[in-house]
Amino acid sequence: MTHATAAADLMRPPSPAEPGAGVYSNKLGMWVFLASDVMFFTALIGSYIILRFGMSEAWAAPGAVLNVPLTGFNTFLLICSSVSMVKAYAAIADGKPYFLRPVAGKMLRDGGLKFWLLVTILCGAAFVGVQVYEYIKLVEHGFTPAGYREGSLIAEHALADPVRYGAATGAMYGSTFFTMTGFHGFHVTCGVVAMTYLYFTKVLPEKYSPQDYRGIETIGLYWHFVDLVWIILFTIVYLI
Amino acid sequence: MTSVAHARPQAHDGAHHAPMSFWQKYIFSTDHKIIGIQFLFVSLFFLLVGGLLAIQIRWQVGFPGTPMPLAGLLPESMAVGGVILPEYYIQLVTMHGTFMVFFAIMPLLVGVYANFLIPLKLGTHDMAFPRINMWSFWLALLAGMIMLAGFFVPDGAARAGWTMYAPLSARPDLSGATLAQQLWCVSIVVLGLSSVMGSLNYITTVINHRAPGMTWFRMPLSVWALFITAILGVLALPVLQGAAIMLLFDQTIGTHFFDPVAGGQALLWQHLFWFFGHPEVYILILPAMGMVSDIVANGSRKPIFGYHSMVFAIIGIAFLGWIVWGHHMFMSGMNPTLGSTFMVSTLLIAVPSAIKVFNWMGTMWRGNLRFHVPMLNAIGFVSMFTIGGLSGIFMAATPVDIPIHDTYFIVAHIHYVLFGGSLFALFAAIPYWYPKMFGRLMSEPLGKIHFWLTFITYNLVFFPMHVIGMGGQMRRLYDPTIYDFLKPQQPLNEFISIAAFALFAVQFLFAFNFIWSLWKGKKAPQNPWEDNGLEWTLSNPAPHGNWEKVPNVYRGPYEFSSPESPNSDFLPQHVKLPTDRDPVPAPPPAGH
Amino acid sequence: MSWWLPPAASTFAGPIDTLFIVILILTGIALVVVEVGLVVFLVRYRARPGRKAFYTHGSTRAEIIWTAIPAVTMVALGLVSNHYWVMMKSKKSVPANAIRYGVHAKQFEWQMSYAGADGTLGTDDDFMVRNQLHIPVNQPVSLTLTAEDVIHSFFVPEFRVKQDAVPGMNIVAWFQATKAGEYEIGCAELCGMGHYKMRARVFVHTPEEYTAWLAEQAAAAQGGE
Repeated sequence: MTHATAAADLMRPPSPAEPGAGVYSNKLGMWVFLASDVMFFTALIGSYIILRFGMSEAWAAPGAVLNVPLTGFNTFLLICSSVSMVKAYAAIADGKPYFLRPVAGKMLRDGGLKFWLLVTILCGAAFVGVQVYEYIKLVEHGFTPAGYREGSLIAEHALADPVRYGAATGAMYGSTFFTMTGFHGFHVTCGVVAMTYLYFTKVLPEKYSPQDYRGIETIGLYWHFVDLVWIILFTIVYLI
Repeated sequence: MTSVAHARPQAHDGAHHAPMSFWQKYIFSTDHKIIGIQFLFVSLFFLLVGGLLAIQIRWQVGFPGTPMPLAGLLPESMAVGGVILPEYYIQLVTMHGTFMVFFAIMPLLVGVYANFLIPLKLGTHDMAFPRINMWSFWLALLAGMIMLAGFFVPDGAARAGWTMYAPLSARPDLSGATLAQQLWCVSIVVLGLSSVMGSLNYITTVINHRAPGMTWFRMPLSVWALFITAILGVLALPVLQGAAIMLLFDQTIGTHFFDPVAGGQALLWQHLFWFFGHPEVYILILPAMGMVSDIVANGSRKPIFGYHSMVFAIIGIAFLGWIVWGHHMFMSGMNPTLGSTFMVSTLLIAVPSAIKVFNWMGTMWRGNLRFHVPMLNAIGFVSMFTIGGLSGIFMAATPVDIPIHDTYFIVAHIHYVLFGGSLFALFAAIPYWYPKMFGRLMSEPLGKIHFWLTFITYNLVFFPMHVIGMGGQMRRLYDPTIYDFLKPQQPLNEFISIAAFALFAVQFLFAFNFIWSLWKGKKAPQNPWEDNGLEWTLSNPAPHGNWEKVPNVYRGPYEFSSPESPNSDFLPQHVKLPTDRDPVPAPPPAGH
Repeated sequence: MSWWLPPAASTFAGPIDTLFIVILILTGIALVVVEVGLVVFLVRYRARPGRKAFYTHGSTRAEIIWTAIPAVTMVALGLVSNHYWVMMKSKKSVPANAIRYGVHAKQFEWQMSYAGADGTLGTDDDFMVRNQLHIPVNQPVSLTLTAEDVIHSFFVPEFRVKQDAVPGMNIVAWFQATKAGEYEIGCAELCGMGHYKMRARVFVHTPEEYTAWLAEQAAAAQGGE
């Protein structure tokens, strides 16, 4: 009960009026922001669905243009980062702000907030790196936001096998692919920047405590949301 | 688990402030009141810009081919020999709509009054996120500057109508503008960001930062309306942002979202735009309805008639607003069966709107009406919004929409809602909360003259537009006299134009009153309108941080002429009667 | 000037104008109720010293009445409107005997194509006339609207006909003119700088005139080749 009073203070809504949503403001604000972000991605994904399924000609087959195994690995990275985010959150909720500590009676070592958040940041940064690499390769091969670049490798493939490469729909493929994945990548980048900022201003100086780790919970919400959007995007863009 | 609520540190506690520099206090301020006032000045400026564009439009439509006075100031690319060029004309209509909707009415209602009123009316020290709030203002200003910059780039401002229908907007070779079209998109994306930041602040504040005893159904209708508006904003603006980004990509990096030649769809833009656009229409009217409700109850000295149904009407309008976007597209080639569905949902919006109008009348019925300037303008709102709402029924009925779609009939309709509605509500709200902002009252006689002259000239401008539209005059027509069937209407067009110049001139009375009263207005007493709201428990202007100790709330905001207060005809929300019990802080939820 | 809808010249004008008048009467009643009510209230209940307002929070019965009346009216209006809407705009409603024309809109002109001697549109002997649509009176006609570049809107006020022409889409619009004569076609959707001058004409001929005109055009087309 010692720190329970203070904990109840900061991790709960401030209003003495009546329970609103029952959450403190930062978290509530993030929820509202995520609702708005859902609408943003809905606009992009909805347009993709309308454009893709409104076309009479075939869309490029999965894996024809895109490197699915590479992005599959990238998806795995992002899922790992979500797991490490949960670990970071659990660590600080239990009051473990340090990097690693021995676990009694086992060979294992257990990480704290500093360790798990670092893992999350690194996974996120690696995801962005892989995506940048993927973009560079795609553009090199001739897949651009405007479609298949004339005279490029992919354009030649498309000439040889117009159905598999969706020769007639390349322009829309490029438009939707780069816009959707690009804005997702932008969201991941923002998350990485925000987490890095928190890491240096709050986590390393050990400003979080089990009484107040609102920043971690709030950024965690965002991070899981970005992860979820990616799983949807990966499914509809790479696998279908 | 003792003393939970009191120990809470407040980021912006009223009394304990270190003195701040001028910059901190008035420029990069995080105080919701200062931010509201900043929005007020900036959006009044953009209102003036929009008005200047409007009178140029009216000159051209009323007197096509005649040199416009002062047109010599315009460069050759806009007007030659004082005669407005067709390419400048479509920039005028595009930017008039854009500025008025996005940079004048929306920030005036939401930016100014959501910021200013929500914390004051709910009894809190500031917004939930004061710094995000500051960013919201600066981003809005940046967006406005980007939009304004369109006039100063080589090929002129954006020119595909404020609705930016693709593919015209997506193809510089077809519209004739390259950079300005891109600036339009960038500006909208920035504005969207600003709106989302503002709205998430308003929502969080309303949910989490109400004073003790300020239950949901004790909130003033203005706060209810602003809260619902914020929800609409948070969900609608991102859709516009997404669409604007796609449009920008079409213009810059070669995507083909809206280009049918490469497999894109022209109607996709319209669906996205109006999916945003219709909720946007309610963003532009709901706060006006809310503030008018407050002012009508105050002016009538009577509780608002049917408070709960007013709240549910706001929610109903906001909900229906999401499923009516197709009524902007009845003639677009959209599947006619979809048209039938959208017609029904659109007609149903008449129901909550009717509830609101009749409840305002019910409020005035057997009241004790005080005709102060805010009340006059609020009554103007009720009567003019009624016309705007009723003329909407013509367009909602799809067969009747066929001849009047895209004509001046719709121009009349939108102006009856946005000028007769939103702007009259602002002419009510600005003097009403002026003392709370600046500590002085605006001049009543000047305000009354302004009201009557505006009311008359406004109707002379916009009512005949219904007739012009029935006659078939299309929107955005540079020179209606090209068409034989429109020539006979030209005298009426001239009449409208002259009335429009008068209407524009009359607004300088308001501007003068506004500026003059800043220094010379009568010092306001603490509660000049004898209102019940929490904001009137503060001194004028309201101090930084608002209250040292937030007042308790014992009742709703509309207890006028209550038998419980025999000596006065109002009973403020914070006054404790012997029968009132102190609000109990909510029990903390178990665990966390 | 007329102060009213333009003179009627198609079969659509009847129902549309009637519906317009019905809505005008309904909204007129609502308008008078509200505005007269307001004025009466303003005069009767103006503040006077010593008077106090009647303290009430509303009346459920009154609110139910003024919710139900608009709701019922609107639903009824929707049902009636929908009947005519389907008749005018549904693809299934285009009469089987309608004569087909192609209307291709581009910045800033209308290109009307006509079936040539074989009587079917979309064959080699089609011919095109710029900015002139010639049709017979009292005969359903159907237009296939297409657009070259941006969205345009085909609008003939006297016929109560308006339909957007959208690039990438083939949109069918039909109507039946009831009065011979010459009418203007306007563009009702902002389509660029020259939007205002995107004007064309529709000539409604008696059957004899129409046959003669077609023959003349066919001859000209033959001569041209």
